[in-house]
Amino acid sequence: MTDTLLSAFIYLAAAVVAVPLATRLGLGSVLGYLMAGVAIGPVLGLVGDETNELQHYAEFGVVMMLFLVGLELEPRMLWSMRDRLLGLGGLQVSITATVVAAIALGFGLGWQTAIAIGFILSLSSTAIVLQTLQEKGLASTSGGRSAFSVLLFQDIAVIPMLAVIPLLAVPEILAAADAAGGHGADTGHGSSSLVAHLEPWTTALVVLASIAAVVLGGHFLSRPLFRLVAASGLREAFTAVALTLVVGVAVLMMLVGLSPALGTFLAGVVLANSEFRHELETDIEPFKGLLLGLFFITVGAGIRFEVLFDNAMLVLAGTVGVMVLKAAILFGLAIAFRVRRSEGWLFTLSLAQAGEFGFVLLGFAVGSRVVPPEIAPILALVVGLSMFLTPLLFIAFDRVVVPRYTQDAEEREADSIDDRGKVIIAGIGRFGQIANRLLRANGVETVVLDRQVAQIEDMRAVEVRSWFGDATRPDLLHTAGIDDAALVIVAIDERDQAVEIVENVKRRHPHVRVLARAFDRGHDYQLREAGADYTVRETFYSALELGTRALRELGMHPFRARNLRSTFEAAENEVRDALYAAWQRRPDGERMGRDHHELFMQLDAAMAEAMQRDRDDRHSRAERGWTPPPKGYTSEFRTDSAGRESDS
Amino acid sequence: MKRVLVLFAHPSIDRSEVNVELLRASRDHEGVTVVDLYAEYPDYRIDIDREQERLRDHDVVVFMSPLYWYSTPAILKEWQDLVLEYGFAYGHEGTALRDKLLLCALTAGGPEKAYRTEGFNHYTIRELLRPIEQTATMCGMRFVAPFILFSARTAHEESRVRSHVADWVRLIEALQRDTLDLEAAARAPTLNPMIDARDAGDPA
Repeated sequence: MTDTLLSAFIYLAAAVVAVPLATRLGLGSVLGYLMAGVAIGPVLGLVGDETNELQHYAEFGVVMMLFLVGLELEPRMLWSMRDRLLGLGGLQVSITATVVAAIALGFGLGWQTAIAIGFILSLSSTAIVLQTLQEKGLASTSGGRSAFSVLLFQDIAVIPMLAVIPLLAVPEILAAADAAGGHGADTGHGSSSLVAHLEPWTTALVVLASIAAVVLGGHFLSRPLFRLVAASGLREAFTAVALTLVVGVAVLMMLVGLSPALGTFLAGVVLANSEFRHELETDIEPFKGLLLGLFFITVGAGIRFEVLFDNAMLVLAGTVGVMVLKAAILFGLAIAFRVRRSEGWLFTLSLAQAGEFGFVLLGFAVGSRVVPPEIAPILALVVGLSMFLTPLLFIAFDRVVVPRYTQDAEEREADSIDDRGKVIIAGIGRFGQIANRLLRANGVETVVLDRQVAQIEDMRAVEVRSWFGDATRPDLLHTAGIDDAALVIVAIDERDQAVEIVENVKRRHPHVRVLARAFDRGHDYQLREAGADYTVRETFYSALELGTRALRELGMHPFRARNLRSTFEAAENEVRDALYAAWQRRPDGERMGRDHHELFMQLDAAMAEAMQRDRDDRHSRAERGWTPPPKGYTSEFRTDSAGRESDS
Repeated sequence: MKRVLVLFAHPSIDRSEVNVELLRASRDHEGVTVVDLYAEYPDYRIDIDREQERLRDHDVVVFMSPLYWYSTPAILKEWQDLVLEYGFAYGHEGTALRDKLLLCALTAGGPEKAYRTEGFNHYTIRELLRPIEQTATMCGMRFVAPFILFSARTAHEESRVRSHVADWVRLIEALQRDTLDLEAAARAPTLNPMIDARDAGDPA
């Protein structure tokens, strides 16, 4: 127990030190984790061989990441990227694998070994690339989406590769292993399998049934289950459900011999339309983050310096060679698929490394007697080093590629008015609905959050896209996309929580403007103090409307009534500011303060007076619209201005 | 340096092709105050006191807008109705605007030859702007010929916007430095040739 906790402490502490440092230096969190791993592994020797074991657990972070990626991706979007998925992904994997295999053959390796190495090096690192793309906000660019298509294809391609590798077993290696009495093939994957002893056609049936179970279960069963748990109001219960879902799908996929990453990705896609999507994302996100971090640490810790120093030239040449080769193929594909300019470079640089599935395949290939054990550590180093170098390529992209292309972009066109961010609306009751309808009707993208399941269901019934979730949770606002939101509208019924949301948003995202609905004066002051950029009392404008109507009913001309209303509104706004200033000076613990009450009476009287008073003894303030000149004023002009009339 | 106030009126700025560029150039120019009237008073409730204060603080007043029915867009007329009050702009004590300059920077859909006696608009642009000219006279202001872009609907396609904006910037500078020949400007049909001539004669 103590040992476990101690190593947990070492891993966490290394991450705590290295990651903020790396982020501070602009290197990104991935490089931070990798360096932390190097520090506690080969350099300080604080952790040892258990890193390999740990890596298997940490790989579950990749599984979770693909679940989250799936959640972001609706089936419609997935379908629309099928060309890139099959075209870009298929070509990247097949061309890279072929070229690498050919080169390996040239080095005198057996053809079976060469093919296996081709497989291993054709894959890229889903973990590093997706994490970095998201961190840098590049995931939804055209280059980022192309990279994602390729990664997704690779994740699928791992399955047939795992099936093919055992068929490539090399007799000489087998013989050598038998002579040495080596351990048997261990896949690390299929330790227990439902399908190992079945006929091929029943296997296919079971596999199809499992996929159907994920899709149909996700579609029909998840909703009642989530609703039940959400109704309990226990946050940790929902977290448990979310974890159960991901782990369950992963286990099911492994039992039938499919990639767990692929299975959870599918589950994510199925749930992308669910109103619980943001809540699920929020719950899974921290687990994914920690596990992925752990994964990167184990990669760093697994780098074996003695092998590196013994074969320094070979390893370095191999790493650089692999990366250059992969980049060249990617660049060609970028041109062929019209991924242009900086996007093409992003695509090229981001995928030029080998990936974590390379480790998996390598271990499997050694176990299956396809790759000789003496070259395996060198290959592992090449894979690991190339992953280590990837964050540097992203930095190169940021510092070299982006500046070159942004200059061009500025020359082309200045900002257009349509480039506005989306709006998050917290609370979709009577108030939020009206604001939402106005915005949606004008093509503004809104993300609607409410924590009453019934409210969300009503909204979904009339096809308003809305999500279940508690907007007072900062992480939920994060998954709802506050990072690229322009506005947050706070319209929830709970007074104190509304203030809390305003505070949270203004503290964490000062760039986001916050518009809030207030119930009354007191709430209005609280919201303004919390930092809301604009507040409106929910009754004010409707009461004003009704009052104006009353003036008209009494026989006042509609235009005059409107002008009086505007004057009243302007005066009221001035009063409001003065009262707010008084409220801010209130003694501690008093809701309003005596000062405030007195001021209110004074200002109210002053306002009534202002509306009645004649300005300069000629016009009333209320009629500060068009004012007639005094009668008989034309007599002033007979001599005055006739001479200036020009006839040109 | 003369202080320039641009009163900008365009009710649908996101569809504008020329005025939006003039607006941007004016905003980017140092020492020019730009008021987007439709933005500041979306419900036409013009703040008379604020607008009168602005007028007091400037020497040159520019009405910048497209030409709507041979006049300004509605809000600029509303602005005139409300802000140019008796006792402020005209009348016995209304001397606040005396000797300030009033200038229209307009865009017109019709071609220049339409704004002639024999053209389909029958009147020259100077004739059509008489109400504004007389308003200026009534307020004791100096009125000069308009700075105008004709055939504005096709200016973008015919790449005439950029040079028009460049001319506008040169005109602002001339107004600020008070180098415009005001006598000639008051007589001219439009200001545009005067800027081009200045430019051709004086490369600085």
